[in-house]
Amino acid sequence: MIQPAKPELVTVNIDGQEVEVPKGINVIEAARMVGVDVPHYCYHPKLTIAGNCRMCLIELGMPAVDRATREPIMDEATGKQKINWIPRPQIGCGTNVSPGMHIKTQSDMVKECREGVMEFLLINHPLDCPICDQAGECKLQEQATGYGRGYSRFIEQKNVKPKRTQLGPRVVLDDERCVLCSRCIRFSQEVAKDDVLGFVDRGSYSTLTCYPGKELANNYSLNTVDICPVGALTSTDFRFKMRVWFLKQTNSIDTESSVGANTVVWSREGVIYRITPRQNDEVNDTWMADSGRILYKQVQSDDRLLPAGSLADNLAAASALLKDGGVAVVGSGRSSVEEQFFTARIAKQLEAKSCIVARHGEGDGILVSADRNPNTRGALVTGLITGLPATELTELAADIDAGAVKTVLVVGEDLTAAGLSADQLAKVNIVYLGFHANATSAAAKVSIAGLTVFEKSGTYINQQFRLQKFASAVPGLAGATDDRVVLAQLLAAVGGETTGSDLASVWSALSREISVLDGLAYAQLPDTGLLLDSTAWSGLAFPEGETLHYQPATAEATA
Amino acid sequence: MSFKTVERRPLSLAERTYVPQILSGMKTTFKKMVKPKETLNYPEARPPIPPGYRGVPTLVKDPNGREKCVSCQLCEFVCPPKAIRITPGEIPPDAETAHVEKAPEEFEIDMLRCIYCGLCQEVCPEEAIWLQNVFSVSGYTREEMVNDKKRLYELGGTLPDDHYKWDKKKAAEEAGNPHH
Repeated sequence: MIQPAKPELVTVNIDGQEVEVPKGINVIEAARMVGVDVPHYCYHPKLTIAGNCRMCLIELGMPAVDRATREPIMDEATGKQKINWIPRPQIGCGTNVSPGMHIKTQSDMVKECREGVMEFLLINHPLDCPICDQAGECKLQEQATGYGRGYSRFIEQKNVKPKRTQLGPRVVLDDERCVLCSRCIRFSQEVAKDDVLGFVDRGSYSTLTCYPGKELANNYSLNTVDICPVGALTSTDFRFKMRVWFLKQTNSIDTESSVGANTVVWSREGVIYRITPRQNDEVNDTWMADSGRILYKQVQSDDRLLPAGSLADNLAAASALLKDGGVAVVGSGRSSVEEQFFTARIAKQLEAKSCIVARHGEGDGILVSADRNPNTRGALVTGLITGLPATELTELAADIDAGAVKTVLVVGEDLTAAGLSADQLAKVNIVYLGFHANATSAAAKVSIAGLTVFEKSGTYINQQFRLQKFASAVPGLAGATDDRVVLAQLLAAVGGETTGSDLASVWSALSREISVLDGLAYAQLPDTGLLLDSTAWSGLAFPEGETLHYQPATAEATA
Repeated sequence: MSFKTVERRPLSLAERTYVPQILSGMKTTFKKMVKPKETLNYPEARPPIPPGYRGVPTLVKDPNGREKCVSCQLCEFVCPPKAIRITPGEIPPDAETAHVEKAPEEFEIDMLRCIYCGLCQEVCPEEAIWLQNVFSVSGYTREEMVNDKKRLYELGGTLPDDHYKWDKKKAAEEAGNPHH
């Protein structure tokens, strides 16, 4: 465990309460630390300060000192140092705390400021709440409850702006709802590094738009929808699908690459409607890639492997094949740590060679890395593999050609995609476990339907060797069985030591047998993950390049 | 178990003859014979429905024939017995009411679940769902008792209100305060 450095603290006074907060943070964050909410629209903790919405106005004062002598000026009545209050309100987002600073967030002036700002913001805001996708998680709606007038004094005609602008393939803009906070513009410039958005026109005619000839098409465009405080930017995929107050939130992990971005899966009655990022300052801040947000579609995809036959029959057939000898095990970098642990134990029990299939792509330097397996590190930790995996299973192919392998246990992988020919597949008995149907499952003697990441619980180890857990968001496909349970039962069927397949028992075995997981339990894992000791694998040349919060090991170390 | 014997008062002579009891009963009978009838020949004769009565929930259209529901799903959310089920949908951009953007693709109210509480009507921001004066609903199957969108509009008809919220919105889009 690597502990962050202790920040230097300064003492400030928020609403009469003396608190110690880290030096250099702004008033909004300082107030948040003591549970005081300072409403804001344009401020976002992971973006630069724009200070244009004026919602976070607060009263600010500094202790008085005599200019000539630098002596503190005392207040006779209270016996404390006099406070010089700035007569006009200041913005909380653009003001950093300093020692002795006094802040009022609940005074009459602050309240009037907020009410004034809200009235201006609502002047031209359309009455779209019943049809607006943001309703229920809209900052404007929330602040209107607290600081809104309740009726409008505006008798002029409201502004009319474009309602259905397609900014990019995945984002629709409703300009009337926009409060001109510029979060999306700053996000595109600073995080996505794709500067395509900007405001045109002036005053109440100001409009968010893409630069001519460009579109918001980068792989991070949907983050602008997440950070939009109102319903101006909406996701084409989620638009008008379901109101957010019906959706259940489940913590999960993005499986598209070894970055392991933390996510929230939003589901209702067993149907997933959207995936959004979850804040983890050590991994993905508050962002995630668009490509990871559509992965929920695999739950109801056409190529899902449908359950056939009873699990007991399938397991009996599979164990008969496996016990016959000449087995090779192809695990998966997409399996959870627990599943890889059982896969490794099955391989050990059968004295079989085990491998996983590597999947490489181009890393984008932000939140998609070059290793497209979410859990390559897990395979290393659980001992499923000892070195880095290859994209082509040449050794297995050679073994099959030589006749050394009679049966292959495949977990979730398509062997034809890993360089094996259909002829080679036909030469061996295949036992397949996975959630989607492919050439390997079609060629398999026994195929057992498993679950997607959204239907099961477990852990992944990301590129930083951070152990992160995910939970099942929706019930599994009827008849399909949790891969972890199938593998545990298969291990028992081939004569291995039986361990309970529930997470608590698996983790007691994991912490007992694997030194870097010593003393860990699934239930105790924090939501933001746990950094493991990775020194045992520091010699390996991992394919990942630099991404957000990740620096590849230096060349000397990997050489 | 312990019990207590209640002492009964012995009947008086008048009570034992049973005549006063019969007479007092006949008094009520004869009085009601000359008074107007209080019962109805129910299926043929119907009682008057007072205003504000909470009968079958229905969907209504505005005087221009536009469906008022925008599928905000607040009624689905507030419904205590979860009788309402809405599938939200988008109005295609080439439709006449495209400016409303959203309309229910399907709207079902399960009348076997409905408890006629009227919360759906109370919560509706578009005044699209109204409880009408129909109080007796019957059917032979459970499926029949689920009112779908078509049936809800048949039952609901048109609401003679004069808000025209969305028509005003469209007029502003076409004429007033144009954006350049």
